Amino acid sequence: MPSFELSGKTYETDEDGYLINLADWNEEVAHYLAKTESVEMTESHWEVVNFLREYYDEYKIAPMIRILTKAIGKKLGKEKGNTKYLYDLYPGGPAKQACKIAGLPKPTGCV
Amino acid sequence: MANHDVPEVKEDIETPELHEGATAHLAIFPAQEKHMVPLGFPGARVENWQQAGVDKLKDLLEKYRSLQVYLDICVKCGSCTDKCHYFLGTGDPNNMPVQRAELMRSVYRRYFTPSGKFFPQLVNARDFDEETLKKWVTYFHQCSQCRRCSVFCPYGIDTAEITMAAREIMDAIGVGHKYSQEIIGKVHTIGNNLGIPKPALNGTLRFMEDEILDATGQEVRLPVDVKGAEVLMVAPSADFFSAPHVESLMGYAKVFHAAGVSYSFSSIASEAANFGMFIGSYEQKRKIASRIAEQARELGVKRIVVGECGHAWRVAYSFWNTLVGPFDTLDPRYPVPQHICEFTNDLYKRGGLTFDKETNDDKVVTFHDSCNVARASRMGDTPGGQFTIPRDLIRATCNHYADMDADTIHEKTFCCGGGGGLLTDELMDLRIKGMLPRVTALKQVMKHDKVNFLALICAICKAQFSKVLPYYDIPMDTVGGVHQLVNNAIVLGKNKGVV
Repeated sequence: MPSFELSGKTYETDEDGYLINLADWNEEVAHYLAKTESVEMTESHWEVVNFLREYYDEYKIAPMIRILTKAIGKKLGKEKGNTKYLYDLYPGGPAKQACKIAGLPKPTGCV
Repeated sequence: MANHDVPEVKEDIETPELHEGATAHLAIFPAQEKHMVPLGFPGARVENWQQAGVDKLKDLLEKYRSLQVYLDICVKCGSCTDKCHYFLGTGDPNNMPVQRAELMRSVYRRYFTPSGKFFPQLVNARDFDEETLKKWVTYFHQCSQCRRCSVFCPYGIDTAEITMAAREIMDAIGVGHKYSQEIIGKVHTIGNNLGIPKPALNGTLRFMEDEILDATGQEVRLPVDVKGAEVLMVAPSADFFSAPHVESLMGYAKVFHAAGVSYSFSSIASEAANFGMFIGSYEQKRKIASRIAEQARELGVKRIVVGECGHAWRVAYSFWNTLVGPFDTLDPRYPVPQHICEFTNDLYKRGGLTFDKETNDDKVVTFHDSCNVARASRMGDTPGGQFTIPRDLIRATCNHYADMDADTIHEKTFCCGGGGGLLTDELMDLRIKGMLPRVTALKQVMKHDKVNFLALICAICKAQFSKVLPYYDIPMDTVGGVHQLVNNAIVLGKNKGVV
């Protein structure tokens, strides 16, 4: 099983580098995962990550992309509530790249 | 976007020079015990795997006469060699359909023909050993089972069936692909490929109702688990999650609303896709399909309509009846099953729907025939309906349409590069290269006809194109469903809808 080490603790991941244990996640881990994806975390990036984690906590799945864009639009302003803005933040795709940094499992299927 | 080697797009599709072993390094993520065991496969490679593999091949040869025929009758004429998109994109000779099939034929000769048993070198017969298995794992996961090669084969050899058999043999000895096995597991435990639990599905659909209400002022419903509905709507679960898939979902909902036909999704059969076909497992295919048949009975619907999902339509149209039929509780006056394009187009032709084509005037549209719809099914009541119905529907919703080169559409269509269980990130290099022929034809119409929208009816194609087109400098929102066009153009009027 692949893994990485941070501050003396070992974190297990799947083959794509997604955390195996959701409970392992913390801000340091998020920064580390963002770095592996070449993403520089800003306030806006955190808004996405925090929303993903809240939603996952309730529903056990990442939100549909439109639910995410709407939520971000509400928080950061309407002009930012669209898919293009999310892809500007997370070029690897909000569903896959942002989920990874948020410590959620990789979405599977035709996505 | 990660760095990948993107092939040059030429004016026309060209046969590449041979690059021996060009994609030999591409490795799939193996399925683990937790993925394999619940599906009835060994959790790891079994000890006597060589014998077990040969025994499984024997079993399949006895069960499927077609497989025996396909392994026996190839005359190596070469017709198929330059027909596979993965060969055209990579130049790897093992991606020539004949050469891919030879990986199994050589093993077949070794164990099942007298010449191969006694003089293996003379007939290029191959042991089912470590090296052979490695090639099987690699190259039978570089075939998207699109069946384009079989269109050009004078004997009609279906190489997809050989790939399916190879994957079935590998699963039987405990060598599986994580992508498909993990997804099938989710279908059984949660109900769909994405793993969307019922409360999330409900929440998502209520959200979509609000979105449509905000945009149109109409109370269009997306109901779940409604007993007594006229139609059970079975969509790919990506329609509940991804862009551009969700645009088509809204299109379906508006069609039912405008036509006043009651319908329901099912939280148990919340997935049209059937990856049992990709791994060649009859048993998994049957199990996955049976959820839908059971839900149709449970909800007491009169018809089943299938959404925009290519291979799901193949399974539904070609296999459902023998897998999980008869569907004797459904209304026999309607086709079983019915495709959403057939449903919408039929309503439109009979005057039941109104479209405002000008809403799509920013688009010049072309249609990509998805492989499983084009070559493995039909639609409607006339031959070739799977080609004409989606195009008729596009023309009904848009003013500007142009087809791609005749050698790349209808039954000669090229795969998107991500079908057959290969829509996974570890194969991104292959997915990019495999799209080359399709992109070449697309760029031709983008140049000559100013095409700026690629419409299609498959969830895999939508995901693959939106991910990979940007590598070819084409924006991701160039791709979308046929019902995305319907969603834009449909006039809802004052109709209240029925649910």
